[in-house]
Amino acid sequence: MKDTIDLGKKRDDAFITEVEAHSGQKFSTCYQCGNCTAGCPAGFAYDRQVNQIMRGVQLGLRDKVLNSRSIWMCLSCSTCSLRCPNNIDVATVMETLRHMARKEKRVAVPKVEKFWFSFLDTVRAFGRSWEIGTMALYMLRSLRVFTDLDLAPEALKKQKLPFKPHSIPDGGAAAVTRIFKRYRERAKREGVRP
Amino acid sequence: MNYAYYPGCSAKGSSADYEKSTQAVCGMLDMNLVDIRDWNCCGSTPAHAVNTELSAALCARNLDIAAQQGVQKLLTSCPSCLSNLRHAAKRMEDPAFHARVDELLDNPTALKFPAVTSVMQGMAAHCDADEIGRHVRRNLGALSLAPYYGCLMSRPAEIMDFGDPENPTLMESLLGACGAKVLEFPLKTSCCGASYGIPEREMTARLSARILQLATDMEADAIIVACPLCQMNLDLRQKQAANSADARFNMPVLYFTQIMGLAFGLSGDDLGLDKLRVGADGLLLKIEQAASAQRGSAEGGKA
Repeated sequence: MKDTIDLGKKRDDAFITEVEAHSGQKFSTCYQCGNCTAGCPAGFAYDRQVNQIMRGVQLGLRDKVLNSRSIWMCLSCSTCSLRCPNNIDVATVMETLRHMARKEKRVAVPKVEKFWFSFLDTVRAFGRSWEIGTMALYMLRSLRVFTDLDLAPEALKKQKLPFKPHSIPDGGAAAVTRIFKRYRERAKREGVRP
Repeated sequence: MNYAYYPGCSAKGSSADYEKSTQAVCGMLDMNLVDIRDWNCCGSTPAHAVNTELSAALCARNLDIAAQQGVQKLLTSCPSCLSNLRHAAKRMEDPAFHARVDELLDNPTALKFPAVTSVMQGMAAHCDADEIGRHVRRNLGALSLAPYYGCLMSRPAEIMDFGDPENPTLMESLLGACGAKVLEFPLKTSCCGASYGIPEREMTARLSARILQLATDMEADAIIVACPLCQMNLDLRQKQAANSADARFNMPVLYFTQIMGLAFGLSGDDLGLDKLRVGADGLLLKIEQAASAQRGSAEGGKA
């Protein structure tokens, strides 16, 4: 049975401490009531339900948790946090796990990360996001040329999506580019994946 | 009265109609929205999903510009911008975090940022239901509307300060003040699938279909939204949602400012109704028919 948890293995205490420090959440109080999973709208696309992720974190199962698809499919809607009887901000724990997984180059759902980078690339260039630019970059990155092609006739007819980016005037775009540059340089200095 | 305003990027792109109708309705209520200068993207979900400090830096630049302009209160229409700006302001209260974020910016940011609030709350603070009622020129009484806030506007409650995080009611109050019948819509804060429409279409299609199906079953004439991404998922992607649920939908999805503008007697042009994929002609017809029936019965009463 692939999905059983082997309690014989020593738990990764450093992992538990790290998640606790970065998320600021005391998840040891989770008693597996399942409210988070019951309310999660994305659960159908998860490989492990959110209460299982929480249990995995408590048990220090670094690989099982950080390699999970679920942390990438979480929509950040915060329903789990809202309904937790022990006030654990579960959505923040999920986000923390996503950050940790990214830093370790573990990306279980690359499409989602490619989309984020495509969006952020337009912000880096123009200071403001640009829908058509995001989609074009995403198609290049993911090699999914037909993404949302069915929307094109309507979107074009209604001029819903501008063909030109809306850049910040007066050098503002360059200031935003510098934010991204410093962010990348710092990540490099600190030896983490930006 | 002037209000400092952060439009957000969607206002310049996919939600130009939200922007247009917001300006028009606020103008009628004597709320003059003035853009803060040189504003940049808040980073939206991609920035905070990738890195909290990067997200905060993008937001802090805007908050700092507003602070330098002496702004006390900043309004924004988009719930995602609102959420990011409010999260950043909260996190920046931690000096260590503030210092890390400042390292990414051209200059150290202000120690105190202006409060950021939604245009919807700004409207409610600016005037009461009676004042809104005084502007009503078209009776919306014939319409049943499903108010839909999406997941970001009211959550997390301690950051967003938008009333009950699963049962906010401000939109109902505004629509009610315009004379519309407002449905008790149980999915009003459920997630529409957010930005997963591009990388994981099935996620957005499935979650949006649930919302569209319930509104259809409840015989709503329209879903009323406050978020550019919700609007895009429910309207532009309505066919994708229908295909995923093996259903057929024909549900107009309007911004709350568009329906308020209709009540105020503004034209479709003033409100950018031409941008809607599922048109609002049916709604206008229903309003007009109800009005002429009323005129008819009033004349009948006289005779």
